[in-house]
Amino acid sequence: MKGSFMSFVRKETLHIVRDPRTMMIVLLMPVIQMVLFGFAISNEVNNIDVAVVAPHPTEAVRQAVERMSSNPYFTFKGYVPGTRVDATLRSGEADAVVVFADDYDRRIGAFSRGEGGEAALQIVFDASDTNTASAGAGYLRGVLLGGMSAASAPETHLLYNPQMKSSYSFVPGIMGMIFMLICAMMTSVSIVREKETGTMEVLLVSPVRPLRIVFAKMIPYFTLSCVNLLTILLLARFVLEVPMSGNLVPIVGLSLLYLVLALAFGLFISTVAERQATALIISAMLLLMPIIMLSGLAFPIENMPGVLQALSCVVPTRWYIEAVRKLMIEGLPLAAVLKELSILAAMTLVLIVVSLRKFNDKLE
Amino acid sequence: MLRILLDKELRQFVRNPFLPKMVVMFPLMVMLVIPWVTTMDVRHINVSVVDNDRSPASRRLIRKIAASDYFTLRSVQEHYAVSLAALDAGDVDAIVELPDGFERSLSGGPSERVRISANGVNAVKGSLGMQYLLQVVNGTLSELRGERGLPPAADPVVVQNRYNPTLDYRHYMIPALMIMLLIMLCGFLPALNMVGEKETGTIEQINVTPVSRLTFTLAKLIPYWVIGLVVLMLAMLLAWLVYGLVPAGSFGAICLAAALFILTMSGIGVVAANHSATMQQTMFVMFFFVMIFVLMSGLITPVESMPEWARWITRFLPPRYFVDAMRSVYLKGSSVAELWPDYAALTLFAVLFNGWAALSYRKQA
Repeated sequence: MKGSFMSFVRKETLHIVRDPRTMMIVLLMPVIQMVLFGFAISNEVNNIDVAVVAPHPTEAVRQAVERMSSNPYFTFKGYVPGTRVDATLRSGEADAVVVFADDYDRRIGAFSRGEGGEAALQIVFDASDTNTASAGAGYLRGVLLGGMSAASAPETHLLYNPQMKSSYSFVPGIMGMIFMLICAMMTSVSIVREKETGTMEVLLVSPVRPLRIVFAKMIPYFTLSCVNLLTILLLARFVLEVPMSGNLVPIVGLSLLYLVLALAFGLFISTVAERQATALIISAMLLLMPIIMLSGLAFPIENMPGVLQALSCVVPTRWYIEAVRKLMIEGLPLAAVLKELSILAAMTLVLIVVSLRKFNDKLE
Repeated sequence: MLRILLDKELRQFVRNPFLPKMVVMFPLMVMLVIPWVTTMDVRHINVSVVDNDRSPASRRLIRKIAASDYFTLRSVQEHYAVSLAALDAGDVDAIVELPDGFERSLSGGPSERVRISANGVNAVKGSLGMQYLLQVVNGTLSELRGERGLPPAADPVVVQNRYNPTLDYRHYMIPALMIMLLIMLCGFLPALNMVGEKETGTIEQINVTPVSRLTFTLAKLIPYWVIGLVVLMLAMLLAWLVYGLVPAGSFGAICLAAALFILTMSGIGVVAANHSATMQQTMFVMFFFVMIFVLMSGLITPVESMPEWARWITRFLPPRYFVDAMRSVYLKGSSVAELWPDYAALTLFAVLFNGWAALSYRKQA
């Protein structure tokens, strides 16, 4: 019996190895995506393009503009006439237009003496991108006034701490997303293909039990996923410089569990889908949305309405990301992620049991 | 000839137990659920206060901050360094410093200003936190000054948020969600359909018929162009009914951009299918690009926030131009003329990928 099980594993492995293109994609895709997204995706607000309207470019105005253009977060796009404010924003030439008052010097002087009066400058922001607008407006104001403002108004500073690079704040999210989608796609397709081509029937009349066939299918994919996990962890550590302080064992353990969960998810999809195309659409398209949107990858779960917070609880990626964040980025010990760990384990168990049930029902 | 083939495609589509349902349900789900997810209304901003005044006035300001829904007051310190260390460790998003003499300055003493520092690395929490804190501090300052018979502090800067005065993040995301729908439906589906003929071997049969390759490819693509436009209309209708969002610009400008983008996306799908032997290969290749499209085109995080090299890469991503055009037309009411670079880029991509699709199909004869 053992020999035939091993021959099944060999058969599946050959399937994978004979299709070098898919194997290359499966192994290289996570690497490229990890590097691209790890470095490229950030919530930082910078490179804000600013145009200026200055009817009387006095020395004080020029100094304010100079302060702004020498600031790394703003790009000075030049002076525009007051009539073109809207056009400049609409065409996307600038994200914001700063309008200096005609008698800027007099008004700003009044403010610095604490007298108040009419506003000395106006910042018109393209608020279609609300984040850039609300984050940029406060910062721009500080830079333009350059510490010179109403005597009683609060000073504001944005601190950019080199130790807190955001380059790796998305790493747990990217890991959770890549593993889930790739594993689900691989396993669901390989099982459904057997169904579609009719080879499943042939396998089932063989003396090997259906359960074993399924496990034999999983083993090579699990091995592939482990290679992916290794490369991703190495990238995270040495390329994206995630500190992973002495937490390697829990991270690996948790990730292995998550890989099994993702493979089980693929298995589950394969019991639902009758055709490869359907399996692929479910695992690549329908899963992509909830995984990106409801897992806390891009949008913090704590800010969602209650109903959606509840909904996000069924997305396994959510728990994995939370746990990896705690272990990898906050450097907490394994004890801190017991909740996430048990939820993931329970989900894995349920998925495997349900899928095998359905699988067996189909066969009889 | 094309009519007959289109008829075949339509029948196959309708007969499929899964596809028609998905084409209707997927946009509905995405448009009804996801906008509620994409709220950037930040709560639970962790604040540390450095109180060097320890006066009734400073305590009142601290109470105000603690009482707000938006803030979690983590600590009140006596030294800025302690709070800064907490910010470095990520426990605190913003620091409010109340200077010694804060209360005296309210009653005509030498002016001492409140300092607000925020973590700018996490732009969302840090910068928004600063905005909210500024409002609370200014509000409290005005109250305190008012009680002492002083005029409220005026502000030398007026900020005007144009095109989205209420700063509703949902309005920013809805056009992006429409784009995501189009990326997926018009990319994945034609690719799968095309490679499906290959896997089942029916493509051989088509190849020996007098059907020209162009006719065959068109018959494959036209249904998805129609589906794409129908889905877009449905999504726009939902955006109006559910979220009250109507395009500020012309409907034609949106349709033109969408048509060009759908052409591009389905072209990419066919190219991927033509260069693959199996469904799995096609899907993995498509998936790779779709992920990059979704995450790097400015749909979720702004392109401006990326490093130089990543921004350079985004120039080669068709959705980047569509995202920009769609949001500008939808929210700012920009015209095609104002956005000509976007439209030119989309046209170029459409020509490029559909040309490639036609050529790569010919190679397999």
